[in-house]
Amino acid sequence: MSVVHNPVAAVSAATGTPSPGGLALTRVTKRFGAFTAVDDLTLHIPEGSFFALLGASGCGKTTTLRMVAGLEEPTSGSITLGGSDITRMRPYQRPVNTVFQSYALFPHMTIEQNVAFGMQQRKVRRSEIRPAVQAMLELVQLADYGHRRPAQLSGGQQQRVALARALVNHPQVLLLDEPLGALDLKLRRQMQIELKRIQTEVGLTFVHVTHDQEEAMTMADTVAVMHAGRIEQLGAPTEIYEFPASAFVANFLGQSNLLTAQIHGPSGADIAVEAYGSRFAVPAARSRVTSGPAYLGVRPEKLHVTTGAVPEGHNAVPGVITDSSYVGVSTQYLVRAPWGAELAVFAPNSGTGGPLQPGADVTLFWHPAHSFLLAADGEASSLVEQP
Amino acid sequence: MSAVLATGPAGDTEYEPPAEPVAGAKRRWWVPYLQLLPGGVWLLLFFAVPVGLLASSTLWDPSGSLETGYEMTWRWQNFSDGLQTYAPQFWRSLEYSFIATVACLLLGYPLAYAIALKGGRWRNLMLVAVIAPFFTSFLVRTLAWKTILSDHGWVMDVLRMTPFFGPDDRLLATPFAVVAGLTYNFLPFMVLPLYASLGKLDPRLLEAAGDLYANPIKSFLRVTLPLSLPGVVGGTLMTFIPAAGDYINAELLGSPATTMIGNVIQSQYLRVNDIPVAAALSFILMAGILVLVTVYVAVSGTDEVV
Amino acid sequence: MAVGLVVLAYMALPVAVIMLLSFNKPDSNKTTYLLDENGVHWTLDNWTNICGGADDMCGSLWVSLKIGAIATLIATVLGTLIAFALVRHRFFGRSALNVLIFLPMATPEIVMGSSLLTLFISANIDLGFGTIVIAHVMFCISFVVVTVKARLAGLDPRLQEAAMDLYATPWATFRRVTLPLVMPGIVSAALLGFSLSFDDYIITTFNSGGVRTFPLFVWGANQRGIPPQVNAIATGMFLIAFVIVAVGQLRSARRSRRAAAS
Repeated sequence: MSVVHNPVAAVSAATGTPSPGGLALTRVTKRFGAFTAVDDLTLHIPEGSFFALLGASGCGKTTTLRMVAGLEEPTSGSITLGGSDITRMRPYQRPVNTVFQSYALFPHMTIEQNVAFGMQQRKVRRSEIRPAVQAMLELVQLADYGHRRPAQLSGGQQQRVALARALVNHPQVLLLDEPLGALDLKLRRQMQIELKRIQTEVGLTFVHVTHDQEEAMTMADTVAVMHAGRIEQLGAPTEIYEFPASAFVANFLGQSNLLTAQIHGPSGADIAVEAYGSRFAVPAARSRVTSGPAYLGVRPEKLHVTTGAVPEGHNAVPGVITDSSYVGVSTQYLVRAPWGAELAVFAPNSGTGGPLQPGADVTLFWHPAHSFLLAADGEASSLVEQP
Repeated sequence: MSAVLATGPAGDTEYEPPAEPVAGAKRRWWVPYLQLLPGGVWLLLFFAVPVGLLASSTLWDPSGSLETGYEMTWRWQNFSDGLQTYAPQFWRSLEYSFIATVACLLLGYPLAYAIALKGGRWRNLMLVAVIAPFFTSFLVRTLAWKTILSDHGWVMDVLRMTPFFGPDDRLLATPFAVVAGLTYNFLPFMVLPLYASLGKLDPRLLEAAGDLYANPIKSFLRVTLPLSLPGVVGGTLMTFIPAAGDYINAELLGSPATTMIGNVIQSQYLRVNDIPVAAALSFILMAGILVLVTVYVAVSGTDEVV
Repeated sequence: MAVGLVVLAYMALPVAVIMLLSFNKPDSNKTTYLLDENGVHWTLDNWTNICGGADDMCGSLWVSLKIGAIATLIATVLGTLIAFALVRHRFFGRSALNVLIFLPMATPEIVMGSSLLTLFISANIDLGFGTIVIAHVMFCISFVVVTVKARLAGLDPRLQEAAMDLYATPWATFRRVTLPLVMPGIVSAALLGFSLSFDDYIITTFNSGGVRTFPLFVWGANQRGIPPQVNAIATGMFLIAFVIVAVGQLRSARRSRRAAAS
């Protein structure tokens, strides 16, 4: 069983040759006693990109961020920035700034004093500090709030102050630790656009840690999906969504229908697999494995439901509708396949025909190029639809 | 390469390290020792050592004196001498301080409850009012009680109108006055821990209790009281312990018939200069308190009193 | 609620009496605390001639103030250091230290006073101003530690991380972030220590030698007769302390009102 899985190569492929000014983590491991939070992580983030570290709670993404900031020391491995080794540097020696999840604004200082803090510590001349602070506050649209204290600001405003306080120092890397977590939906969307705009305007390297996959995909140029201290997949949002590297990624980003399958062998440009007594074809370019047991994956939005005939060249599966939820923009069906498992289908509400009712006999079909073949790792078996 | 789903030691917050100090501090391991050295030495030298010395002085030969010095003779008899001679005062101390503690609890709990749960915007003002009497001298406050309870004061006049008090009865120089003084002086020590405990009570718990058919009395007995228990324990300890050793109230408001063990110890030390016996009495007092406190804390099951 | 207010009134009663008596002219010093049938003999003499009551009254007041200031300073510094050690570090002997700090608060004053006396006698140290200061520092440290510890433990550790992330060295972090935020705790610990020291009688009486603090003066005067000016002094102390606390409360109330308004 061979697995194509090389994050460094993926990044190089996505962004060209690694740029010299970038941030690089090489074989970084962090252990807390018997617990390994980050496991042999190697990562390269090109200069000027918006990079997202995506994962569930406890996957090690925040620990990784803190190691880049200098607030934790790696147990082994090295971190370099623009070619220089910063692994052992104290946080106040690194040209790196953090926007904390809880903002961590100094409550006993005004907004202006908060934003000016970093420059004061770097012994910037007072005559230069004032205009820089003012310009930054204007950038985050808080120009008139300079004399207030953090307690007098709303959550969204505090978040912008935290951002300004970090940005004003023009760090080589700006780290954001789930900065939008505490905001309500509307504000979060607004801030996502803001952050992206500021990043392209200022041109800094942003490393954004989040558990919200939508956020990661909308904002980042490159996303790394982390799980149990390791990177499961790294690449552009479209790439990791459309062609996940493992069952974990397939289920973490959006939803996937995963069928247990057995690979029979190559068949032209495709790979022939058998699942539950039926034969399907998957393009070799959409396969992570070439032999042995595998998961055949199709995303719900790529499945079509029909009561009529199946178009030429598509894979098909018969079934019975067990649930039909009208969500406005689409109808979400659960269809029971002959082998007992339920497959999810998202049918867009394009205006042609009404939603089908439970109990209806239908056929599901998809284009082979929309499916993907994953390695059948033991660890992901709980996420797969069981008959 | 085991791939267990990684939840850190503290669940959600994934990096709650067992003993990682704040970045920057771990380099110099000797920092905490340096910080606690001056204060720690002071306490050792002027608290721990003296108490140890007190313990050993209980066994000195009482026939010595300040001029001639004392001989260490392992005279365990000092203890039995002290207990025999001054047993009444010991019991009286325990009795008075016990009654005073109970009175403080009965008076202090409603006050703490009112401040914590019904105070609202007046909460801080009420707390200040609790602490404010502290700002006058302890002695002067106790002396003021002499005025209040004096034979010709209006308090006595009112009380003499009731059938319980005849024209010759008085409150001053009675055990009642001493206990009343103790209660008054140590009331803040009861109220503040109670307030701290009750202040942490989530009012929504009481709402939940009401939603589950509990009337106010039941809510109090089954929700408020148990949850405020740490405060009750802390308050009663902070009241009982100093009250047991107090002698100011007995001296100013009492009579020779109401002397507490504190009075005895003080006179033994400073007037009679009988150090070993006085030390023995002190030691018995402290040991007695420690025993009571340990039993009490063990029974009530709270370990974090401070 | 009504019960609570009644208890508060009960607590305030002696204070009211003291204030009343500060305006009273007794027949003699022996009857300062006995009001006769005629009630209060109103006078302002106690206030205008505040030090005239007895020769050493104002002297003892001054001694108490000096001791209070010195003991508070020492105890606050030592106690704050210990609080930092306890909250910020894990070290060997932590639980033993916790016990050592808790014990003085749980020991009856008479035991502490008499044991210190035993120490001074054994070591042949003369009793006086110095021994009083030593004793006062001893029993104040624990209260300072508890107060500062509470404040320090409530500080968000992220704030320190944020400061270091923003190029502040550990010393700069302490100076500009930690210390200002802990200061209210240190100040209230100092105030607590001062009031404990100023008002202490029992421990002081065991370790004072010939030196007289204000409480010692009052006690001693109890036999001879207490000058009514004592009530004026007590009332004065009360008013000063009350004003300080009230101002502090008003300032924090104003700050939180400003925060809530925007």
